[in-house]
Amino acid sequence: MRRPHDFHGGIYPPERKSLSNTRPLRRATIPDQLVIPLSQHIGAPAKAIVAPGEDVLGGQRLTDLAGLPVHAPTSGTIVAIEDRVIPHASGMSAPCIVIDCDGQDRWLDLEPWPDYRERDPAAVVARLHEAGIAGLGGAGFPTFRKLSSARPGQIRTLIINGTECEPYITADDILMRERARELVLGIEILAWLCEPKEILLGVEDNKPDAVRALESALTEIQTPIELVVFPTKYPSGGEKQLIEILTGQQVPTGGLPADIGILCQNVGTAVAVHDSVLLGRPLVSRITTVTGEAVTEPGNFEVLLGTPMKQLLADAGYREAPRQRLIMGGPMMGVTISSTECPVIKTTNCLLVPSAKELPANASPQACIRCGLCAEACPATLLPQQLYWYARAQDQDQLEAHQLFDCIECGACSYVCPSHIPLVQYYRASKAAIIEQRADTAKSDRARERFEARQERLEQAAAEKEAKRAARKRAAAAKALDAGGDDPIKAAIERAQARKAAQETSPASAGDAAREKIQRIEARLEKARAKLAADDGSDATITAALTKAVETTEKKLTTARAELDAANDPKEQTP
Amino acid sequence: MGSLVSDYPFVAALAAMVALGVVFGAVLGFASIRFRAEGNPIADQINAILPQTQCGQCGHPGCRPYAEAIAAGEAINKCPPGGEAGIQALADLLDVEPIPLDAEHGEESVKSTAFIIEDDCIGCTKCIQACPVDAIVGAAKQMHTVIVDECTGCDLCVDPCPVDCIEMRPVVTTLATWHWDLPRADVRPLIIATDAERVSTGERAA
Repeated sequence: MRRPHDFHGGIYPPERKSLSNTRPLRRATIPDQLVIPLSQHIGAPAKAIVAPGEDVLGGQRLTDLAGLPVHAPTSGTIVAIEDRVIPHASGMSAPCIVIDCDGQDRWLDLEPWPDYRERDPAAVVARLHEAGIAGLGGAGFPTFRKLSSARPGQIRTLIINGTECEPYITADDILMRERARELVLGIEILAWLCEPKEILLGVEDNKPDAVRALESALTEIQTPIELVVFPTKYPSGGEKQLIEILTGQQVPTGGLPADIGILCQNVGTAVAVHDSVLLGRPLVSRITTVTGEAVTEPGNFEVLLGTPMKQLLADAGYREAPRQRLIMGGPMMGVTISSTECPVIKTTNCLLVPSAKELPANASPQACIRCGLCAEACPATLLPQQLYWYARAQDQDQLEAHQLFDCIECGACSYVCPSHIPLVQYYRASKAAIIEQRADTAKSDRARERFEARQERLEQAAAEKEAKRAARKRAAAAKALDAGGDDPIKAAIERAQARKAAQETSPASAGDAAREKIQRIEARLEKARAKLAADDGSDATITAALTKAVETTEKKLTTARAELDAANDPKEQTP
Repeated sequence: MGSLVSDYPFVAALAAMVALGVVFGAVLGFASIRFRAEGNPIADQINAILPQTQCGQCGHPGCRPYAEAIAAGEAINKCPPGGEAGIQALADLLDVEPIPLDAEHGEESVKSTAFIIEDDCIGCTKCIQACPVDAIVGAAKQMHTVIVDECTGCDLCVDPCPVDCIEMRPVVTTLATWHWDLPRADVRPLIIATDAERVSTGERAA
């Protein structure tokens, strides 16, 4: 028997698991309408390949394979692809496929692969991709990606996580009790894919029924899987903590478990792998715990993905009440959900509806008294108190120097804090601020590069233009030199002067100009007379002005005629 | 030689000082050529802090010229896109007192990017010439559009547009960019519990 190791820190909150693990697994009602978000994990959302109005069968793929696909959980008609509110801490909406269920639950013909061992491992991994298998324990990371990112022979230890350390949640407990055989077969598929030297199945000792079920399944099926039962402590189900418990090794900062030859998968994921490979069934349902004192019949439900939380809560005997909190996940790491209209997604392991007495609202935070309890509780051996001060000061360099990004946001520090400081919220906000700043820096670096490249281009264009201009000037000078041997500017000035002199001395042209002038004045005189005729004489000053204008124009005409006569007289021209 | 030094102590001292000066001068002169710093390192550091919007609100044609002007002694409070945080960072770098943003050069506003109303665009290319980071694509008499990921929100393309089809739209928070904010109680330090505002929507140990 392997002797489990221990990790630093950790806490022992009330478990409250018996609320939900005393009833057998139930099937949730198939709702009238399912809402399936296109993206259920971090990364690019998938693209829908169905259109509204289309009929779909259970198990039919609804999105392309660019991301992790989603499938129709039952038969029905697509009524819309639109933004609906999704279970996310922001309370935002995202594109969802809405299916009206027909209640007949007709399915596609499934294609089981009982002989998967004779197939290409890459084909099996592709099938996990196509079946939409995601990590069902935490963040919902695509399983195929985790399997295919490891180099062949890199994985020495396959760890299956059946810890479920967070209070209230019993979904994995029930899964191990009711589907131990499928779990073991699923682990065998994962082991066949990554060929580890050892396979460890870690379970906390607060699940004796699950341990018994697993032991009997393991004696029935001969496999090298080693069941390790270890003492209950929160958060031993964290990936890095579980690795330390089972192997004594620590995952390096900023590294992945694969760096030390370890691959971790949740028990729920292993069962989903079993279903997709041996039964051909894509991931369309999961086991979700519905618990808390605000429901009369808490327990675990096999629920179709996309079922509105409202429906699932009704199955557990919940009556909607004002100001009721709804938490997706457990009391330590869960997020408050803004609306019961939100659908169940791949990562919904628990819905917690606590009474006001059970999980009271936070007391007002008081000043940090530097007691150091948080540092004792931190499972990542960080200094939560220092991080808190730096987070308040927004000193991002120091936060990074104190390994903020090793924080797993388990909430142990907040739990033990006697001043009720919401430490994890500080860390979450600080992490986000640092990530945002990195993105901003990257963007401004890119902007600078683009700006400098543009400046360079403009300068180059200006220089080329200048060079061309200079070349043209040189060419013109050379041409002028070839033609007359004179300075071209001087020649141009001389030409202009000659032209002017010719104009002045030409009598014919002088007479033409004078005649033109007379014509212009005559036209003006015509206009002035017409205006005077049109005047009604109501305003004396206007009449006077018009009369004066006519007189002036007449005088100008006389002068111009005299000029014309002078121009025509050759005696005057050459005195 | 010894007697010469003791006979003319003043001249000897002077000669020694001159000799030392020549030697050290030669060393320094050599060092200043051999270890010459390329460009202006302080201006580079300042430029790294400036937001690179290239908007010209500071009165300089781009961030780099303003960085050089700051290095030469200009005030650090002329960059509205950098905002108070930028001034603080500059003050830290240059070890001077942070001063409030100079309102003459504009106010700190929400982040936004340019948007071309494509139905109205006549394809005049004036905005393309105005964009300091080449974030607008298009050709003469063809519709133009903004590469949103590259737009710095500098505003410089809005004025040249003859048909007024460019507007600045605030950057909206999406699921990918949403994040938690610092807890609200952070506004002021809480010393006495009864002094604190009651927070009714807080979440325990979330």
